[in-house]
Amino acid sequence: MLKIENLHARVEGKEILKGLSLAVNAGEVHAIMGPNGAGKSTLGNVLSGRDGYEVTAGTVTYNGIDLLALAPEQRAAAGVFLAFQYPVEIPGVNNTYFLRAALNAQRKARGEKELDSMQFLKLVREKLKVMQISDELLHRAVNEGFSGGEKKRNEIFQMALLEPQLAILDETDSGLDIDALKHVADGVNALRSPDRAFLMITHYQRLLDYVVPDVVHVLANGRIVETGDKSLALQLEAHGYAGIAERQPAGASA
Amino acid sequence: MSEPATLPLVASLVDAPLPASGIAWLDAMRRDNREVFVAGGLALARVEAWKYTALRGLARRSFADGDEAALTRAVDPTTLALPGVEGARLVFVNGVFRADLSVLDALPSGLTLQPLSQALHTDPDPLRFVLSRRHYEADEAFTQINAAHARDGVVLRLADHAKIAAPVHLVFVGAPAEGDLAWHLRNVIELGEGAALSLVEHHLASGEQAHLATVVGDIELREGARLHHAVVQQAAAGASLIRRTSLRLQTRAHATLHLAELGGALVRHDLRAELIGDGAQLETRGVFMPHGRQHVDTQLAIRHQALNTASSSVWRGVASDRARGVFRGAIVVAPGADGSDASLNNKNLLLSGSAEIDAKPELEIYADEVKAAHGATVGQLDERSLFYLRSRGIPLAEARALLTAAFCRAVLDDLPNEALREHLSALLIAQLPA
Repeated sequence: MLKIENLHARVEGKEILKGLSLAVNAGEVHAIMGPNGAGKSTLGNVLSGRDGYEVTAGTVTYNGIDLLALAPEQRAAAGVFLAFQYPVEIPGVNNTYFLRAALNAQRKARGEKELDSMQFLKLVREKLKVMQISDELLHRAVNEGFSGGEKKRNEIFQMALLEPQLAILDETDSGLDIDALKHVADGVNALRSPDRAFLMITHYQRLLDYVVPDVVHVLANGRIVETGDKSLALQLEAHGYAGIAERQPAGASA
Repeated sequence: MSEPATLPLVASLVDAPLPASGIAWLDAMRRDNREVFVAGGLALARVEAWKYTALRGLARRSFADGDEAALTRAVDPTTLALPGVEGARLVFVNGVFRADLSVLDALPSGLTLQPLSQALHTDPDPLRFVLSRRHYEADEAFTQINAAHARDGVVLRLADHAKIAAPVHLVFVGAPAEGDLAWHLRNVIELGEGAALSLVEHHLASGEQAHLATVVGDIELREGARLHHAVVQQAAAGASLIRRTSLRLQTRAHATLHLAELGGALVRHDLRAELIGDGAQLETRGVFMPHGRQHVDTQLAIRHQALNTASSSVWRGVASDRARGVFRGAIVVAPGADGSDASLNNKNLLLSGSAEIDAKPELEIYADEVKAAHGATVGQLDERSLFYLRSRGIPLAEARALLTAAFCRAVLDDLPNEALREHLSALLIAQLPA
C-alpha cells in the first residue's frame, strides 16, 4: 500500500530525513520508534503534505500513485489520515460542521454522493458509540477548550468517521494518562481491518502494549536503522535508544 | 498645489445649482454650507481623519448633479428584498425617492416614514433644528456638500412608547445612467421615549456605474428608546460612497448596530455616537471586506458623556487582492462620565501580500472609575489551522473561507434577525477570493 524509498527531506534548510525506506502492506500495523530528533514527526508531516517540508530525494508511492505530488486535501481524499501530535484549536468553526465538510469534500473528490445532514448524523452516532465519546464535544468549536485527552480522542473519532486506508498516528500516546491511552487504543483496535494500514509514530513502547504492531521500525538520525517484530519494541524498552544512532541502516548489508 | 476650486470634482460640485426650497432657513443653510465648501475645497489630505484615504483619484473626476431620469430608471423590485426584512420600505434611486418601489401603506401606529422632499413640502419646521447646522470643520467637506445639495432622504419618527416589530427597510439604489452622477441624501431619524425600532439600511446597485453618493444621517434616541440598526453596504464596484452617521443616545437609550461593508470602490463611513444620557448603551459590530482594489475606511468615534454609559465595539476587517481597509476606533470618556464601560476589539486579516489594513484604536479617558479595554491586530490566516482542515480533505479555498467566516463570526453572532444573519454570512463568504 505504502512504499517509501530513499526519502530525504529538509526543514528550514536542515536535512532531517536522510534516506528513509519503508514498505507497509494493507492490514498491517507498523510502529516507528525512535529518540527525540530522529525525524519521526517530520515523516508524518511529509506524508500528509505539510508546507515547509522539502523533499530533496526519494519517492513515496501510495497505492501505485506518487503521494508527494498530491495536495494535502487530495491525499486525504485518497485515504491518507494524519492524527496530529498537537491538534489545532479552531475557534468559530463548529466541530460537527467541520466533520461534515471534511467527509463530504472527500466524498465529492472521490466522485461519491455527499451525505445530507440526516445521513451524516446517523453515521456520527454509530461512530460515537464505537469511540465512547460524548456528543457534547461535537457541539463545540474544533478542539477549542478540549483537554489533551479529548483532543487525541477527537483525532481518533475523526479517523473512525473518515475511514482512511492509511492512518498515520503521530505521537498519539503523548500526554495521555493510562485511561485515556486505553480509550485511544481501543478506538484504534476497533478500526483495524484487512484493508487498512497503520503507521504509529511513538517515542514510548507503552502504546504498543495496547495496539500490538505487526512490524516495528527504529528510526534514528533520519533513517530506519532496525526493523523487527513486536519484540524489538520490548528490547528498546529494556535498553533504551542509546547506541541506536550508530547502527547501520536496516538492510544495508543485504 | 493647485487651487482647490480647480479640481474637477470641486468644480463639478460647485457648478451644480443649489436646490431652491422657498424655505428661508433651509436655503440660507444651503448657501452657507456651500460657501464654506467653496472656501475650503477638498483640503482633506491635510486632515488627520482623512490621512489614510487619498482622494486624488476622485478629485480628478467630475460628476453630473443628480439624475433627472431617476424616476424612470428600471429597477427590479425583487432585487431590493432582504431575507428577514418584511416591514415598511423607503426606496431611493440615484438619490431620488421612488414611490413606486416603496412600501408605505399600512404603516404601524406611531411610525412616520416619508421622504425628506415630502416632509419639507408639507411640514418643514420640525426639521429646522437638525437641518440648520453649518459644518465648519476641515474634515467635513463632504458633509458641507451634502448639506448644500441634498434634496431628499429619509425622515423617520417613532412616537413615544411605540414598538415596531417588523424591520423598516431603507434602500439606496445606484442605477446606471448616461454618465457618472453625484447625489446626496440627508436622513433624519428620531425615536421617542421608550420607543423600539429595528432598521435595515441597504445600499446596492442595479447595475455597474461609478457614481459619487454622500449620505448624512442623524439618529436620535430619546430616553429609554431602543434601536437595532443593520447596514448592508453593497454599492457598485465602481461607486464612491461617503457616509456620515451621527447617533445621540439619551438616558438609558440602547442602540445596537451591525454593519457589513462589502461593495464600492471608495467607501468612507464616519460613524459618530454620543452617549449623552446616564446609562445609555451602545453596541457596534462591523465587518469590512475589501477586495480587488477597493478602499474601505471606517471612522468610529464614540463619546461617553454621562454617568454609567456603556459601549462595546467589535470590528473585523478582511482585505484581499490589492484592497485597502482603514479602521479608526476612537473612544472618549469625557469628564464626568464616571462609571462608564468602553471596549473596542478590532481584528484584521490580510489574505494577500498586497492587501493593507490600517488599524488605529484610540482611547481617551477623563473620568473616574472607568472600565476600558481596547485593542487592534492585523494578521494572516493561521497556517496550522489551514493545514489541519486540508489534511481532513477540505480544499484550500474552502478551508480559507471556513476560517475567514469563523474570524468574522464574532461580528454577526449576536445579530438577532436570524434570516438576515444567515444572508450576511453567505454574502461574506461570497466576497472571498476564489
